[in-house]
Amino acid sequence: MVAAARSFDEVLLEVRRISLAFGGVKALTDISFDIRKGEIRAIIGPNGAGKTSMLNVINGFYHPQEGEIVFKGETRKAMRPHKAAKQGIARTFQNVALFKGMSTLDNIMTGRLLKMRSNVVLQALYWGPNEREEIRHRAFCEQIIDFLEIQAIRKTPVGKLPYGLQKRVELARALAMEPELLLLDEPMAGMNVEEKEDMSRFILDVNEHFGTTIALIEHDMGVVMDLSDRVVVLDYGRKLADGTPDEVRANQEVIDAYLGVAH
Amino acid sequence: MKPLHVVYWVVGAVVAIFAIGAFHLALAEIGWIPFFDWTFYFEVAAAGLLQGVMYSLVALGFVLIFKASGIFNFAQGSLVLFAALTMVGLMEFAERELGIELHWTISFLLTVGVMIAVAIAIERLVLRPLVNQPQIILFMATIGIFYFMDGFGQTLWGSDVKVLDVGMPIAAAVEPLGVRMNVYDLIAAGVGAVLVAVLAVFFQYTRIGRALRAVADDHQAALSVGIPLKTIWTIVWSVAGVVALVAGIMWGGKAGVQFSLALIAFKALPVLILGGFTSIPGAIVGGLIIGYGEQVAENFVGLAIGGAIQDWFAYMLALVFLLFRPQGLFGERIIERV
Amino acid sequence: MFYRETGQFKTSYAADQSIFPILQDKIGVLLILAIAICVVPFVADNYLLETIFVPVLVFSMAAIGLNILTGYCGQLSLGTGGFMACGAFFSYKLATAFPELNIVLVFLLAGAGTAVVGVLFGLPSLRIKGFYLAVATLAAQFFLVWMFNKFGWWTNYSASGVISAPPREIFGIVVTGSGATPVVKYLFLLFAVALLALVAKNLVRSRIGRSWMAIRDMDIAAEIIGIRPLVAKLSAFAISSFYIGVAGALWAFVYTGSVEALAFEINRSFQVLFMIILGGLGSILGSFLGAIFIVLLPIALNVGMLAIDSTISVALVSHIEFMVFGALIIFFLIVEPHGLARLWQIGKEKLRLWPFPY
Repeated sequence: MVAAARSFDEVLLEVRRISLAFGGVKALTDISFDIRKGEIRAIIGPNGAGKTSMLNVINGFYHPQEGEIVFKGETRKAMRPHKAAKQGIARTFQNVALFKGMSTLDNIMTGRLLKMRSNVVLQALYWGPNEREEIRHRAFCEQIIDFLEIQAIRKTPVGKLPYGLQKRVELARALAMEPELLLLDEPMAGMNVEEKEDMSRFILDVNEHFGTTIALIEHDMGVVMDLSDRVVVLDYGRKLADGTPDEVRANQEVIDAYLGVAH
Repeated sequence: MKPLHVVYWVVGAVVAIFAIGAFHLALAEIGWIPFFDWTFYFEVAAAGLLQGVMYSLVALGFVLIFKASGIFNFAQGSLVLFAALTMVGLMEFAERELGIELHWTISFLLTVGVMIAVAIAIERLVLRPLVNQPQIILFMATIGIFYFMDGFGQTLWGSDVKVLDVGMPIAAAVEPLGVRMNVYDLIAAGVGAVLVAVLAVFFQYTRIGRALRAVADDHQAALSVGIPLKTIWTIVWSVAGVVALVAGIMWGGKAGVQFSLALIAFKALPVLILGGFTSIPGAIVGGLIIGYGEQVAENFVGLAIGGAIQDWFAYMLALVFLLFRPQGLFGERIIERV
Repeated sequence: MFYRETGQFKTSYAADQSIFPILQDKIGVLLILAIAICVVPFVADNYLLETIFVPVLVFSMAAIGLNILTGYCGQLSLGTGGFMACGAFFSYKLATAFPELNIVLVFLLAGAGTAVVGVLFGLPSLRIKGFYLAVATLAAQFFLVWMFNKFGWWTNYSASGVISAPPREIFGIVVTGSGATPVVKYLFLLFAVALLALVAKNLVRSRIGRSWMAIRDMDIAAEIIGIRPLVAKLSAFAISSFYIGVAGALWAFVYTGSVEALAFEINRSFQVLFMIILGGLGSILGSFLGAIFIVLLPIALNVGMLAIDSTISVALVSHIEFMVFGALIIFFLIVEPHGLARLWQIGKEKLRLWPFPY
């Protein structure tokens, strides 16, 4: 699939000179890049390059020692993850992080928590405003369930689902948050070709239908090159390259990092 | 721990003891507590520290099992009770039914055998079916063991207070520098110290020690590299059982063997929080702090507010401590990953 | 054969989200309630009411409370006894200081007071988890019981440390203290527990319940979807303690009529914990099943052992009871960690297909 190059102008998120260290170990060093509204941005790099750490910084789980993040024009240094969620950043995890004791539907409904307004008293009474609200959000979640084709497992406890479906439910939960920026940490890890194709389709559809900006980490180069509009390459916590898939593919440093270089 | 650290800790402890004494002196001056006297204070402090060694002894059993299996063994206290009951029970049984006077050393060895049998039973019936369950489930299972062992010991041996005589002086006291100290406590502290040293060396410098740490980290991973999980668990629970027996003898010899021994475990829990669940030195230092703190608090501030505060003082201390240093004094810091 | 949902199609989300989506369940629950209200008071004698029905109801309330905190929010607490004591003594002080105050209001205020205490002792849960927290809640247990035992103010300086619930009326009928008849006690408790159980059920199927379960299942992921751990955990502590506090107040005022602080010792905490482990963690139904089971088991054991050997000593019976409890806990954790409620559910699923399971 060769998509016509799309161009995006409005910067949604900008990462400025981020450095992060755990004790003596430097996870990220002086990293800057931006994510523009509406694009699919890939972050790639060998294992241990700092990709997941980068996502953790963006959604507030790690607090960088240096640098700042500008999201929707607002500058911040450190914030708690739930604040990031409130601002419209959702994410999925490398190892599926679903709520294992709850059903698929309940998992997706948790994504709507921030949109719900009923107070404790209304919830205790349930019937009335709270029920109407529940139903409204249920209807929204059902749309996502339809969209991701997981109707049949609606009431199944997610702990019982196979891995591929769990990944899909996790995406559904993130989508239920109606995020402006969606961070996907290896959404296709451990999937077979068919499941990968499904997931790629969903990612493109999400980007197209909802206009959601997506940043994803992925090891499958074919997928990355096909899906993404722009790619940033990390290696040992440093930025190696940044540009369109074609530019990155031609970059000598990137090739060295992936294939190794003769010393 | 490096030797220099030990020096720091000792100096720090002495300074802290004097500082806390001075603090109480000040409290007495402004009339918040009824009285203060340095000699009495040092006696209380010494008694508390000796008591603290006994706490450490119980806490040690917890640490061993936690290090080896990641299980927080709530049943350690009931093991103490069960071991002491069995030892006395065997002696009484021999005298009553067989008419022979069993020397306590023989009864001790027999009880060690019983504790190993208990360890094997726990491993087979409780731990093995629960491999790789969440920690909290295992914790609740040990509450089950706690109940079972309490009931079992008393069903077997009865619930009346028993006298355990291992030939140690109960009432004798010495007075170095004018500070009165109980000889029994001193001996008990000495035995505890030796036991701790032996175990520390055993787990630090043997192959089993490393296997233990691997098992604690991840049951399945340890199994997959060929560590015999059940053997390790049986060994550790046996050792914990023997530690419990020693603790039971020390406590029971002084106050009689009775149900309240099982409740000593409740004193050991704050010790663990203070010291950290994974650290043998932590168990010792934590025990000393709790023993000392609780005696001093009881005898000075406690008198002013109604007494019996040692029921909860240790917990409150631990609770405050948790807020500032959740991993304990010597515990390993937990880094969260996603 | 009669338990079928074939043909019961849901045409709205409201119908699909109701508490009992299957018609037979709805009928069953109504039937149980009808029997509990109309039949039990006339059939059961005072002894049955006092030793089984009343304690089961009080324990159910406490178990629901602990289940909210431990079963739904995943925060293990061993301080239940202490919080029950809070409810009992708060309501005693309120009822004696303000004799005009309606007794229902007294119970609710006592519950609210316990909720405040619960939040205070729940604060460490923000930094610690699992059994660390369990140990921290023991601080509440020991401190609270000590406080109620030590300071005469709480008992209005009663010499024995025992508080006797003053008689209070609802609609002109005495419901508290030793003057209340077992039937009145039973009906009052039934009403209170049914109502609060319904509220609990509503909470756990709403936003707040989902945020508790999210924290329980994976707290990091919960935070990343926007749940504030502080709010979720402390609200669980507050609401759980409210229930437990009300249960303590009902214990002192309705069940026993007079009580001392030592009745709420650590063993009480374990008793309620066992109820939710055996009944089912994270299940309102399980709280009831667990309470029934734990109340009935000692009675059954007692009767059984006396039948075998009528000279058996009371002490021995209680030791054997300990053993049986311990063994049952381990058994359930191994075989069915979700307790009786899960067994019930499995049974229902089987029944739906019976007699043609294919």
